[in-house]
Amino acid sequence: MQSISQKRLVSGVILALLAMYILPNFIEYSTLSLLIIYAILALSLGLIWGFGGILCFGQAAFFGLGAYSYAVFAVNIGESSIPFILAILTPALFALILGAIMFYGKLSDVYLGVITLVVTLILFRFANSTAGPEYAIGKARLGGFNGMPNFHTLNVPGMPDVYIWDLDFYYVCFILLIICFISLYFLIKSSFGRICIAIGQNEQRIELIGYDVRKYKTIFFGIGGGLAGLAGALYASWAEIVTPGLFSLSQSAEIIIWCIVGGVGTLSGPILGAVILGLLKYYLGQQSLVDNNLVIGSILVLFVLFLPNGLSPALANLWVKITVKTKSRRPNTRRKKVSRAVRGIHNE
Amino acid sequence: MQMNRRKLLKGATALVAASFISKPTFASGDTIKLGSLLDTSGIFDAYGKPMDKTARLAVEQINASGGLLGKQIEYILYDTQSNMALYTQFGKKLARTDNVDVMHGGILSASREAVRQTFRKRNIPYFYNVLYEGGVCDRNIFINGITPAQQVKTLVPAAVKKFGKKIYVLAADYNYGQITANWIKKYAEEVGAEIVQTDFFPLDVADFGSTIAKIQTAKPDMILSVLVGGAHISFYRQWAASGMNQKIPMASTTLGVGNEQNILAKEETEGVLVAYNYSQELPNALNQKLLADYKAKYGSIDDLHSTAVSHYEGILTWAKAVRQADSVKGADITVVLEAGLSIDTPSGQMTVDAKTHHSILDVHLCEFRNKKMEILESFPQQQPLDTQAVCDLIKNPNDNQQYEIKI
Amino acid sequence: MDLTAVIIVEILYTIASLIIISSGLAVIFGMMKVINFAHGEFMMIGGYATIIAVKSGINIYVSILIIAPLVVGIIGVIIERLIIRHLYGRLVDTMLATWGISIVLIGLATMIFGNTTEGITTPISGWQIGDYRINGYNFFIIMIAILIVSLGYYLLKFTKLGLIARGAMQDPNVASSLGYNPDRIYMTTFFIGSAFSGMAGGILAPLVGLTPNWGTAYIAKAFITVVVGGPSIITGLLSSSTLFGSVNQIFSFITTPVWGEVALLVTAIILLRLLPKGITNSIFRGKL
Repeated sequence: MQSISQKRLVSGVILALLAMYILPNFIEYSTLSLLIIYAILALSLGLIWGFGGILCFGQAAFFGLGAYSYAVFAVNIGESSIPFILAILTPALFALILGAIMFYGKLSDVYLGVITLVVTLILFRFANSTAGPEYAIGKARLGGFNGMPNFHTLNVPGMPDVYIWDLDFYYVCFILLIICFISLYFLIKSSFGRICIAIGQNEQRIELIGYDVRKYKTIFFGIGGGLAGLAGALYASWAEIVTPGLFSLSQSAEIIIWCIVGGVGTLSGPILGAVILGLLKYYLGQQSLVDNNLVIGSILVLFVLFLPNGLSPALANLWVKITVKTKSRRPNTRRKKVSRAVRGIHNE
Repeated sequence: MQMNRRKLLKGATALVAASFISKPTFASGDTIKLGSLLDTSGIFDAYGKPMDKTARLAVEQINASGGLLGKQIEYILYDTQSNMALYTQFGKKLARTDNVDVMHGGILSASREAVRQTFRKRNIPYFYNVLYEGGVCDRNIFINGITPAQQVKTLVPAAVKKFGKKIYVLAADYNYGQITANWIKKYAEEVGAEIVQTDFFPLDVADFGSTIAKIQTAKPDMILSVLVGGAHISFYRQWAASGMNQKIPMASTTLGVGNEQNILAKEETEGVLVAYNYSQELPNALNQKLLADYKAKYGSIDDLHSTAVSHYEGILTWAKAVRQADSVKGADITVVLEAGLSIDTPSGQMTVDAKTHHSILDVHLCEFRNKKMEILESFPQQQPLDTQAVCDLIKNPNDNQQYEIKI
Repeated sequence: MDLTAVIIVEILYTIASLIIISSGLAVIFGMMKVINFAHGEFMMIGGYATIIAVKSGINIYVSILIIAPLVVGIIGVIIERLIIRHLYGRLVDTMLATWGISIVLIGLATMIFGNTTEGITTPISGWQIGDYRINGYNFFIIMIAILIVSLGYYLLKFTKLGLIARGAMQDPNVASSLGYNPDRIYMTTFFIGSAFSGMAGGILAPLVGLTPNWGTAYIAKAFITVVVGGPSIITGLLSSSTLFGSVNQIFSFITTPVWGEVALLVTAIILLRLLPKGITNSIFRGKL
């Protein structure tokens, strides 16, 4: 059993590496890089929502925080390695604190949604009103509405003059995505991950068994925050500017939509959702016949109504059906059916 | 050593990439590409849409008269949707993928700073044709917008003389508002006036109720508005709704830049004092021709504002430089422009100042009367003294920063 | 002295506008335990309806108080029948679906009206309080808020309709076994809630510049007010609006409107941490 799933992981990674080399032929690498960054961001929410049952309305807060931390430290340090690490740690720490406040206060469901939403709004308001010269961290002016342009973008560790740009940057992002995917895969398989999944399914049961649910949820939330921070740091390096818009409500909404469309409760789903919707947005942006929002919104409504499990499980089922028809019957299709249960837990 | 490693990295990826990528990315070169980034949607579209219109008009006129260097101009515009992050994204696209020959555009100072370095790195000359806070010192950029030493220096003393010495400043909370507020303070103090209070508002603030009460507590002789964008228009509306427009007069550095008077009611702008480089009421022949051409192409001149006109003039200035230099290369046209290129435009004569790459131009003190900017007094050929005081590109051609006024 | 009066009026105005922008959401949340994320866009449509009506020559008060609620109420019912009906009992899914609807509506409005700022002038001129002039429209807003609250209280407390509604609120099964069709009740509730949202948009339209994504500025505020208010519709709305309105305005006066808003948000976090299920779950229990 273990070996079968690991075989699938290995073949998946090989496929991904192949895709990494082929894709730039069809799509501009700078667009691809952005899609990959979105995919990492989607993974961060896909993890805590799909496996921990925590629906966070403010994942953009950690994304923005990661981007801003990267920019601030990069301006002050003038090299990218340390800022990059700090850009992961700062939002992770912030998520830990916020998570502790919420989970030790027994907040859940809508109320959790409100708090995460409000925190994002506060960060947005704050970032938006820091135009004055008094808002500076070291050498870095926060810049308010202007955002912060002109910081040191990603370089080869230890060599501040050797920037990682364009195609190289795309490869770095892609490889980071693969690393994230594999790490999360093993995280979920670990005993820690299994407890978190169980909490997501039935919190009370796990509490009665004797686990400190609050602690597990907080740490899980922190990991999600750190992952979003990583995406933020990469985004900052890609865009070469960070603006308060990173903290916006629409940014948070987009992340949730990616997960819904891709499939909550899987690791591949959020990646799939982010890439497909990111591409769609890119192509829609180049025409003016139909409004971008109209299409994205309709997709969200249709998925909630007709395909609430998302694309990834649906595609997997389709694949199983095809293989079952063409080949001989295989004993076990091994599809996870977590997603419906996890989502169901919110429904009072 | 470092460069070697970098080359190695580049080489390796290039090798891999080369085996997959085969399509040519270079332009064919039979047109001159004029790239542009403007907010033609979102809360700044009142500025951006007419700028796009005048740019199209300018390109059409130049192409109709045979183009430049025997080639037609190709106009490439991206709508940045009033979103600063999209400026860097599309800016990179213009510079790296589209390989444009020149960039005209950017509206808010935030957007200019977001893309300025991108075009500088690629040596693509950047024309920023908008009123702004001054101080940008960069040999790659040319600015024909009016700066505080031209605008505030004209407006504040006139307003103080007319209204009184206690000024309450309301400013947009980003670099333009912050720096302009400092200039207002400087020029107010020069004429013995006092700034009783300065309030900054993020660009999405639309509720000014508490502010209006605060202003009444401070009892100023006048309001000086440095408010920007669609949301801030609410201030003029709420100010008039409280009836305060009858009691405390107003001057502004921004009202009318986006032809806000056409969205607002007559009584909401009546009597406001402003100073710009352009007003539709200018009698000269070139302005009359522009108004006629614009009307012929778009049907109405209601949305034609000073920013759109200076954008138009920026493109004409660039075209004249290209003709004189017989080249579109940044280095070549810079030589011509730095020789003090001068051009007659609808808003009067404009001359490039070699030291700062800013513009020497006419300033007109105006008052809103019945939604029109009636000219009270004109101040011909004003120097960009603010930037001249700190920036000398002849002495320091590699300077690359925006200076801020220190108080 | 005059200043105190002005500040009090401004505080009352902020409380009133919070009540107005949250009432539609509160009705739907209180009755159906559904968070309508398209609330902000319902307001936006109400705003556009008002502006179009006024510009085509209809009296501004008729536009605000009748046309805007009617238009949005009908749109609300159509959406409820087509989409939300299928999702009752699935809190997160309804939230996501209405979020999707909100994005669709922004897109539609952008295609119809263009992404530009629209506006009309306020119908009431300024009032004099001592040395101060104050926006006369503020009093209109305060009056409407009082009207909404007292009308709501009367309907719920003293009419048969209110009794049925309260019953359905507490236990939809019992209500349905007594012969009241919960489906009908929900549809009616959604109509009333949407109509309130539409009216809120109409009321605010003369004060601001309207854009297709204008509603997003309000959804978060309304959402916070309603959730912090807790399970009782009227008491909850009243108590959280009063608290947030006062905090917001007092901080706005001392500092700037931005910090006023931040103070509001911080208060919301502290409150939810202390009273995790809203004010009326712990204090004022069992009130309407």
